[in-house]
Amino acid sequence: MTIKEQQDNIIADFEVFGDWMEKYEYIIQLGKDLPLIDPTYKTDDNLIRGCQSKVWLHAEMQGDKLVFTADSDAVITKGLVALMIQVLSHQAPKDIANADIYFIDAIGLTSHLSPTRSNGLLSMLKQIKLYAIGYQAKSVQQN
Amino acid sequence: METATAKNTIWPDVELIRNEFPILQQTVNGNPLVYLDNGATTQKPVQVIRAMQEYYTGYNSNVHRGVHTLSQKATSAYEAARHQVAAYIGAHHHEVVFTKGTTDAINLVAAGFRRAFLHEGDEVIISGMEHHSNIVPWQLACEEKKAHLKVIPVTDQGELDMDTFAAMLNPRVKIVSVAWVSNTLGTINPVKDIIAMAHAKGIPVLLDAAQAAAHTPIKVHELDVDFLALSAHKVYGPTGIGILYGKESWLQQLPPYQGGGDMIKHVTFEKTTYAEPPLKFEAGTPAICEAIGFGAAVAYVTQLGIHKIQAYEHQLTEYAVAQLKTIPELRLIGESRHRAGAISFLIGQHHPSDVGVLLDQQGIAVRTGHHCTQPLMDRFECPGTVRASLALYNTTADIDRLVAGVQKAVTLLG
Ligand SMILES: Cc1ncc(COP(=O)(O)O)c(C=O)c1O
Repeated sequence: MTIKEQQDNIIADFEVFGDWMEKYEYIIQLGKDLPLIDPTYKTDDNLIRGCQSKVWLHAEMQGDKLVFTADSDAVITKGLVALMIQVLSHQAPKDIANADIYFIDAIGLTSHLSPTRSNGLLSMLKQIKLYAIGYQAKSVQQN
Repeated sequence: METATAKNTIWPDVELIRNEFPILQQTVNGNPLVYLDNGATTQKPVQVIRAMQEYYTGYNSNVHRGVHTLSQKATSAYEAARHQVAAYIGAHHHEVVFTKGTTDAINLVAAGFRRAFLHEGDEVIISGMEHHSNIVPWQLACEEKKAHLKVIPVTDQGELDMDTFAAMLNPRVKIVSVAWVSNTLGTINPVKDIIAMAHAKGIPVLLDAAQAAAHTPIKVHELDVDFLALSAHKVYGPTGIGILYGKESWLQQLPPYQGGGDMIKHVTFEKTTYAEPPLKFEAGTPAICEAIGFGAAVAYVTQLGIHKIQAYEHQLTEYAVAQLKTIPELRLIGESRHRAGAISFLIGQHHPSDVGVLLDQQGIAVRTGHHCTQPLMDRFECPGTVRASLALYNTTADIDRLVAGVQKAVTLLG
């Protein structure tokens, strides 16, 4: 699935929720389900520090796709991280680097991406893009 | 459940008072706003908003400089505000320096001590419950002068360990700088004792009154405190202004903080002589409108009566603590015997930010995080807390919404 298709799927999933509680129940569940990052990757180097909750993000190439694993110490942040990974993991670095991320807005969670929310999600998105740009540059060099 | 009116015996007028705060009359995420982040900043009554609007629409002009009518009017209003704030804390007006806020006031004193009084091997005493604003300026000063920062330990209840404090006082200590009320724990520190003990050894005391100013009567002369810092925005006034109170003798001795206009008597390239305090410390065009708003804010509080506010908030705090304690798994961080209305808690293993997000969805504004007291969080071994902090316009109905909101958050977090 493309990044766009992944986002459209999530938007469709969220359309069925009647109220904020159902929405957050789902996000919390995602947070609880997110496979934990391999503990060896839960290092300070992989730590994205929000003011409040912490996010760990690990990236590695598998074939020509960039794969992300992540964790957070706050479950709602973790659920949002899970959504972000659903959209952006297992994609080509070039596609990740160029991706327009619109689903957060569309499912009404814009405030979680605001810089003032300081949950590390915005920094995480930036970091994901940086990894993608980095791996893209590497693959260009190799060709 | 008991209703707000049944509980509130001290202040039946609180509903009318709420009407004076326009911002409280809104819904957030579909619910009437419950504002419980007063420790961070308080909301402003129309009296303050109006005073500031009148300044800009009627007599905006620079102070202390002009002979024209508007400038004289602005200068009188600015100096009248200084008198109002001085009266609010029981000081003489010439002992009140306008600053940007508490942080700026503490930095002013720390910079002055660094330049004039602090030497290698000296000590500065702060406490384990200080806001970063009362840690970092002293750390910087101590680093530069190779002096030592000493920290009064905090007990498990969240009180200062006064026996250790007594033992820490020695001739090398140049100043004791502590919070009157902890912004994270709500603890009201025994400031009279602290001042008496320090003075017995000839050591001056600075009180960070940021969290005391809106909730406790302040009488600096009775306290005999040497310096006191506070921010207007935590006392129903605007941001960008606060004060440093300093005993006259200290303000005379302390070197100027910043150089510029307004703080001078006479300038030549060879030598500048300074204005008398407080102007010696007020370089540049001050926050005139904000000072006037600050004056209006303390006038507002004075008119309501700070003793009445204190009694009301005490009752409300007791109610809030009792109600919160009914929530299983809720753990209070800070259980001082003497406490103000900043109430920190954790629920089971849930991250404070998760609880905060779910309360926000219900229109309830609390603060989550470390509250700029990271060393204190380390002391209590938590990443942060959820903090509800009360003001004069909060009601038992707000507390009931908070408790129901926390219960709903706990259900959702599972
Ligand atoms: C105890 C305490 N000290 C200092 C400050 C800093 O105040 P300001 O940011 O207004 O300078 C605060 C504000 O959060 C506080 O609670």
